[in-house]
Amino acid sequence: MKKKKCIAMLLAGGQGTRLYALTSKIAKPAVSFGAKYRIIDFPLSNCTNSGIDTVGVLTQYEPLILNEYIGSGKPWDLDRAYGGVYTLAPYQAKSGAQWYSGTANAIYQNLHFIEKYDCENVLILSGDHIYKMDYSLMLDEHIRNDADCTIAVIDVTMEEATRFGIMSFDESKRITDFEEKPKNPKSNHASMGVYIFKKDELVAQLKRDEADEKSVNDFGKNIIPYMLEKGKRMFAYSFSGYWKDVGTVTSLWEANMDLLGNDPAISLNAPEMKIYSRNEPLPPAYVGESAYINNSIYTAGCEIYGEVSNSVISEDVYIGKNSVVTNSVIMRGTKIGDNVVINYGMIDENVKIEDGVVIGDENSDKYNIALVGRNQTIAKNSKIKSGEVIESL
Amino acid sequence: MKTVGIIFSNIHDKEIKELTSNRTLASVPYACRYRLVDFALSNMTNSEITKVGIITKSNYQSLMDHVGSGKSWDLSRKNGGVMILPPFGNRESKVYNSRFEALSNAIGFLKTCNEDYVVMTDCDNVCNIDYQKVIEYHIEKHADITVVYRKKYLPNDDNKVRTQFILDDDGRVIKTVISKKHDVEVNKFSNIFVINRLFLLNILENAEDLEYTSFSRDVMIKGVDMYRIYGYEFTGYYASIDSLANYYKHNMELLVKENRDALFREGGAIFTNVRDSAPCRFEEGGSAKNSLIADGCVIEGEVINSILFRGVHVAKGAVVKDSILMQNTEVGEGTQLNCVIADKQVHVLKGRLLSGHPTHPYFITKDSIV
Repeated sequence: MKKKKCIAMLLAGGQGTRLYALTSKIAKPAVSFGAKYRIIDFPLSNCTNSGIDTVGVLTQYEPLILNEYIGSGKPWDLDRAYGGVYTLAPYQAKSGAQWYSGTANAIYQNLHFIEKYDCENVLILSGDHIYKMDYSLMLDEHIRNDADCTIAVIDVTMEEATRFGIMSFDESKRITDFEEKPKNPKSNHASMGVYIFKKDELVAQLKRDEADEKSVNDFGKNIIPYMLEKGKRMFAYSFSGYWKDVGTVTSLWEANMDLLGNDPAISLNAPEMKIYSRNEPLPPAYVGESAYINNSIYTAGCEIYGEVSNSVISEDVYIGKNSVVTNSVIMRGTKIGDNVVINYGMIDENVKIEDGVVIGDENSDKYNIALVGRNQTIAKNSKIKSGEVIESL
Repeated sequence: MKTVGIIFSNIHDKEIKELTSNRTLASVPYACRYRLVDFALSNMTNSEITKVGIITKSNYQSLMDHVGSGKSWDLSRKNGGVMILPPFGNRESKVYNSRFEALSNAIGFLKTCNEDYVVMTDCDNVCNIDYQKVIEYHIEKHADITVVYRKKYLPNDDNKVRTQFILDDDGRVIKTVISKKHDVEVNKFSNIFVINRLFLLNILENAEDLEYTSFSRDVMIKGVDMYRIYGYEFTGYYASIDSLANYYKHNMELLVKENRDALFREGGAIFTNVRDSAPCRFEEGGSAKNSLIADGCVIEGEVINSILFRGVHVAKGAVVKDSILMQNTEVGEGTQLNCVIADKQVHVLKGRLLSGHPTHPYFITKDSIV
């Protein structure tokens, strides 16, 4: 078989503890986003749009919905004769079964997958960012630089810099310094969690790291600092488009809101770099006689009879008469009755909100979002305060 | 009960010339996000019929593009699946002019099948029907052919040739009438029928000896005594797309929730080929009432009682009322549309005022700039 230039490994095992109720039953990459997508649609579509046709998705935590969603990979054009998308869960081997102990260990446990495709380079991705990126440009630069490892970087504000891996690099983009979540960041060049390694280098590093008992087997904490220390050829690739970490309720809400407006921060309408998703066979979306919709997005299967402003309404959502939904994210299959008020709410999938419910209050804002977990029923006329979290069922 | 499906994609093209100049009736866009063939194909899938032939005659490029491998309808199969049957399937075959000739071109396909029954449907009907129920009835009656009919009042001014059936108490067709004169409630043919495969092959292969040239005249009318032809009544939601006015009327019917639920939610799901458009976006100042709006639309103006297909853009100050706008229509600033059907990729420049009437909607051909 022909050698593959690059394959991708997508780390999708994260528990997403800061998303609370949203991820108590499903893996973070499977969380609904932007009316018709799930977070994982973004890295998967980016792979397809970048000409990368082999993707291993490393799952661990609550993988059922994610596995079912990815299926054969057909929606992303990733059902291929040689390659395609595979979900790689921890498994029982002769020497015993082991959970993935860290990001690097997860890749280590699936080295056989990388070796099978005999690729020259490996792209490491994480499943919790919203962005559109052509990885092939980064790969070109990686090859041009003859780099052992290339890390995608984006400039963030100095305040945000404390939450990311922060890098310094020289004029040729060669990385001189890397710090994971520094208290006093030396620069604002943040790692996007997108790495390209030379395959042989990656394999060698993972084997070495695995043997190191002090290591926590993490790319940011162990592998990258070690390689830098040893003077490996490490380069930065600057990315300047939209990129958002959606690890918290507020940032997930913000990313959803970034799809709105007359000139959205991230446009999904552009014909190039489409984002693909698995579509349910749903009837067309209907806007009723009494409806009012302003600065919002919605998609197939919706039936809207109430008022919707500054909100993201997912597939198959029903919003009853005289209900007012503002500044909210309503995920798929949720049914909202009549005379309901929702302000700064994030309502997970298949929730039933009965008539007269009020979600949010005068303290509601993007830092105090009321969260209702999946499959819940909110009884008639009940009130949910700002910032309150109702667990999933 | 192994059954194969046959879909006729072109047979009624002449009835809606406006929409079929560049495509088959089967690939006419319908109901915001579908093409007419989606209903026939989805009904096949939902009735567990996994081998389907689509008989085509001309203009079938858009149909082939839409159907593709058949994956969207779960009809990309190792055994069976969907197969386009073009007019020149055999060296001897020619472009057909009747249902009978069309079927003769499909003899090869029918011979390779081993199914007992054939469900045939045209693409002029929009309904959510379980063909298995028709087949069960067909078997119970030991019928050669089972036609699906609806009870329907036909007005006198209808002025179209309609096929109707007169049935006995057992449901057997005792007379088939093809007539233009109406003003009565009749058992109207829905252009869906079930036939035994070997019976069909026998008729097709011996057509010359039998002196058969027309399916309706020689089999359905003259054959009522000789063959066991039964009628199966369909009582669900059904739309007959046989003129531009009816195309408009039945599309608009879907703005009523009961019709929508009957067509899309009560039976099996209706599948279509999806194009991964972004969700529909309403901008500041955009508004809509009583409308179906597909993904990929951007609404800055006002939309009332209308159906917008994928990727339509309604600019600021524009008012779209009682209209059907197909894929990627651009409506310019301040433009007003009333009872308009715009085919795909139409660009209506700013400040235009276009208006039709429900019985004579103003039609704009594909790719025009108005």
